Amino acid sequence: MSNVLVFVEAKDGKASKAGLQALGAGAALAASLGGKCIALLAGNGLDAEAATLGAYGASRTLLASGEAFSKHSPDAMARLIANQAQAQGAAVVLASATSVGKDCMPRAAAMMKCGLASDIVELRAEGGKPVAVRPVFAGKARVTVQASGALFATLRPNVFATPARGGGSAPVEAVKVAFSLADLKAVVKEIVSGAAGKLDVAEAEIVCSGGRGMKDPAGEGKQNWANLEKLAATIGAAVGASRAVVDAGWRPHGEQVGQTGKTVSPKLYIAVAISGAIQHLAGMSGSKVIVAVNKDAQAPIFKVADYGIVGSAEDVLPALIEAFAAALKG
Amino acid sequence: MNIIVCVRRAPVTDARIKPGADGRNYDPAGVNYDISEYDKFALEAGIALKEKNPGSKVTAVILGVKDSAKELRTCIATGCDAGVLLISDKEHDAFATASALAAKIKTLPHDLVLFGHISVDNQSSAVGPMTAELLGIGCATVVTGLSVEGGVAHVEREIEGGKREKLEVRLPCALTCQKGLNKPRSASMKGIMAAKNTKLDEGPAAVPANLINVLKMEPPAPRPAGKIVGEGPDAARKLVELLRNEAKVI
Ligand SMILES: Cc1cc2nc3c(=O)[nH]c(=O)nc-3n(C[C@H](O)[C@H](O)[C@H](O)COP(=O)(O)OP(=O)(O)OC[C@H]3O[C@@H](n4cnc5c(N)ncnc54)[C@H](O)[C@@H]3O)c2cc1C
Repeated sequence: MSNVLVFVEAKDGKASKAGLQALGAGAALAASLGGKCIALLAGNGLDAEAATLGAYGASRTLLASGEAFSKHSPDAMARLIANQAQAQGAAVVLASATSVGKDCMPRAAAMMKCGLASDIVELRAEGGKPVAVRPVFAGKARVTVQASGALFATLRPNVFATPARGGGSAPVEAVKVAFSLADLKAVVKEIVSGAAGKLDVAEAEIVCSGGRGMKDPAGEGKQNWANLEKLAATIGAAVGASRAVVDAGWRPHGEQVGQTGKTVSPKLYIAVAISGAIQHLAGMSGSKVIVAVNKDAQAPIFKVADYGIVGSAEDVLPALIEAFAAALKG
Repeated sequence: MNIIVCVRRAPVTDARIKPGADGRNYDPAGVNYDISEYDKFALEAGIALKEKNPGSKVTAVILGVKDSAKELRTCIATGCDAGVLLISDKEHDAFATASALAAKIKTLPHDLVLFGHISVDNQSSAVGPMTAELLGIGCATVVTGLSVEGGVAHVEREIEGGKREKLEVRLPCALTCQKGLNKPRSASMKGIMAAKNTKLDEGPAAVPANLINVLKMEPPAPRPAGKIVGEGPDAARKLVELLRNEAKVI
């Protein structure tokens, strides 16, 4: 059997976008392997949402609920995924490479004594076997991999297309895991929210990053950073940063892009006052389109940029905000 | 408290990485190595906990080539008490690595097993949680805050959108460490001298076969040559037009 099991991550009572992308990729792979694509949802109050997953390619949907799933629990999720991988005879098990997927998939794979391909960007069948491609060294190279035994993989968000809602429907089955709260070794107590509704660089379709040339937001650079945030708000982007900026304490480390920060592949990456050091380039060269703004025409960032503007952040950011606002209005 | 820190020796982050002659691994010619960046946060966390809890012991473990003894001595110079070198010349996937680490850690007393949350080379983010599973202990990943009290690790982990999750994990447990947890210290002169004379626990690693097999390694797809749209604020309008009509991304 070449069934594909997809753990569809839920967020605020709905299947997440990254979860639907994994489901779409899983359905396409199942079709070329001649197997079924089975969706797995975990959480409470998801009955209505579970019933919609057939429209995105699932042939069956498994729904796990109960107190162990009232909050994210890596123990319970990993156990659930491993149990269902076994029960469904899955040849491939997919989830999103998000904080949830990256937390529970390694454990689930280890429970099944299976290999895991993390953060994959391509998935296909070759000679009847699943094959995945993943960047290594933050994108300085990419490897094509195949598994001995079942393939567990996490899919990088926003690389696989979000499937359009089709006309299909799929039955929903409740599944149980023998798991009580007392069995949990790790328990989530609370979630501390950051700035409300903040987009994450790893998930956003557009990222605007600032570098050291933006200057200290508590001093000279105040207007530059206010402008970068305004630009981000205008075009629906997440704000990112170079390591120099994070190390200076100007921005939180969750925003760092690069080999020792987040690897991003948005459709548009705008780098302002970033020189383009090898570690930074490693983290963002997978972006579809790169724009660089730098006052130094020789800055290495221009070597990877599709479009460059030679100029200062002070001059160019206000003009960009105006030009984007005008274009998006029209 | 017995603390184990699992460390990886990896190419430095400014290394140029090219596929090697076998087409499946990188070409090691001219590549320098260092402790993988995030493992430094794990080392610091272990050493800081030892300082807070007198009588604790921190043991660094490296699975790697024989030359990794150098990185292991750096761990000791920085504040670890002992070093274990599991020697292997091959590249291993996350499950094989976790299996070798877990087999050794099982033989050592362990309350806390610390890792970097991702390596700078393989980037699987999986060795920590897989090792935890093989040891049958709890695990929290991407940890940015930590205190240990009464047999429980109180942990903060980073999740999307600048949010943080607060967890309680019963000891023994594994934690994978992220930037923000602490500021790693450097090795002291005294530490460097002492590390020279520390006897390492060295021996061949017991590593199972890889389950994830690399068919080929390639350089990233080359980016088409870009263009300078113009200079100064006047170029902004032109850029937006190109993004809309040529690149079609807005
Ligand atoms: C182990 C290790 C890991 C690392 N990992 C990362 C990583 O993950 N991510 C990362 O980003 N870096 C990383 N680095 C750091 C990296 O090597 C660079 O130091 C860093 O990326 C530089 O940041 P920057 O481009 O903001 O600053 P700089 O290199 O100082 O560049 C500033 C740029 O701004 C331009 N500029 C100045 N003023 C203006 C202005 N007014 N308007 C417009 N342009 C202006 C300048 O021309 C210059 O090009 C790492 C380094 C090490 C050693």
